Amino acid sequence: MCLSIPAKVEEINGEMAICSVGKSNYEASLQMIEFEDVKVGDYVLIHTGFAIQKLDAEEAEASLRTFDEFKELNNALDDEEKIDGKRIV
Amino acid sequence: MKYIDEYRNKEIVLGLAEEIKKISTKKIRLMEVCGGHTMSIQKFGLPYLLPENVELISGPGCPVCVTSREFIDKAIVYSRMEDVIITTYGDLIRVPGSFSSLDQEKAKGADVRIVYSILDALMIAKKNRTKKVIFLGIGFETTAPASAAGILKARMAGLSNFYVYSAHKVMPPAMDTLIDEGVQIDGYIGPGHVSTITGEGIYMDIPKKYGLGVVISGFEPVDLMQSILMLVKQLEANDPKVEIQYKRVVKPEGNIKAQQMLDEVFTYGDDWWRGLGVLANSGLKIRDTYSMHDAEVQIPVKVAPPKEPKGCLCGEILKGVKKPKDCKLFAKVCTPSNPIGACMVSNEGSCAAYYLYNR
Ligand code: SF4
Repeated sequence: MCLSIPAKVEEINGEMAICSVGKSNYEASLQMIEFEDVKVGDYVLIHTGFAIQKLDAEEAEASLRTFDEFKELNNALDDEEKIDGKRIV
Repeated sequence: MKYIDEYRNKEIVLGLAEEIKKISTKKIRLMEVCGGHTMSIQKFGLPYLLPENVELISGPGCPVCVTSREFIDKAIVYSRMEDVIITTYGDLIRVPGSFSSLDQEKAKGADVRIVYSILDALMIAKKNRTKKVIFLGIGFETTAPASAAGILKARMAGLSNFYVYSAHKVMPPAMDTLIDEGVQIDGYIGPGHVSTITGEGIYMDIPKKYGLGVVISGFEPVDLMQSILMLVKQLEANDPKVEIQYKRVVKPEGNIKAQQMLDEVFTYGDDWWRGLGVLANSGLKIRDTYSMHDAEVQIPVKVAPPKEPKGCLCGEILKGVKKPKDCKLFAKVCTPSNPIGACMVSNEGSCAAYYLYNR
């Protein structure tokens, strides 16, 4: 019920959009978001036939980048730990 | 698939698990209050990645599970009326009522149709003007705006044969009640898609009043593990607060347009939750202005007081005080193909999720 999927906007016809998830297409109403801001190629979250939010690409990438940094930090800490046997978190 | 695969990256998940292990020293219980989270947590086996001192428990987040038998019983009475077409999301159709289910009624010839969206129900109403088309509105803040949009559209299109039977509910009263009733939890994994609509504001009381943190989480394993890490950090620092992990979707202010639609069509009323009972202002009732589309007002029906199935612990499970495996009927008498209680029906229900992934 509360499941929603990130779908790519393929086509916009007024208030309605055709969106794709993998190889399947869905029709979704854009009336619940600021549809003037939605462009073909954007990702939206669809829930029961309505786009309920546009996905924020910057935020998505930013959080994935954090993981990279955090992996590096973790590795650095591991190396340090090997040397002095202590770990500060 | 974009925005899915990256958040299922095994290395990142394991890295987060490692991090949680390193920093968590306290014995804690974190509750998720969204059926989608319950499903992901079991599907990806997250409890097995966490250290022993971090326990995850499920709360009242599965809409089908918290819905009363009375609602199902009334929907069945509707479905038996000659001139009625019932339209519903698929989850509801197999939920046992006191004396039947919509599925059984359908097999006996009732016109019960599964729709993916309320927009499909509107189409059915348009094509069947001599019939009364009743849409069964269940779900929380995520789903309720769609029902509001449906009612607004019906009004605009003059579809006087379209009705919504609303059992829509809102989350905060349930989250407060669990703490008030003394259920032992140390933090909430906040529902991502409810929050997409409402924003973070609805949880602000929880740190203030109860000293518990809320981290609004996405649904992929990376999202959930990161949210757990954020809660662990809050707990280790004694700094409970509301944070958003699911930033790619959830804005602090939520979706204002959807909130306006909700407010236009619905008002708050008391509502019954399985496991929690009647909670003040926890249900969404259709406002008088739109009562011409309110099934309860236009087509009132009465049913006998409902009975809960014997031996079913669904209510306790929804409160987080029991787990599916505590139920004697689990996986023996009660299975997804023969569900005794609502928690086994919906794939967001704890019993169904445990049955599928953690038996
Ligand atoms: S296993 Fe079935 S009977 Fe037992 S609590 Fe779950 S739904 Fe109820």
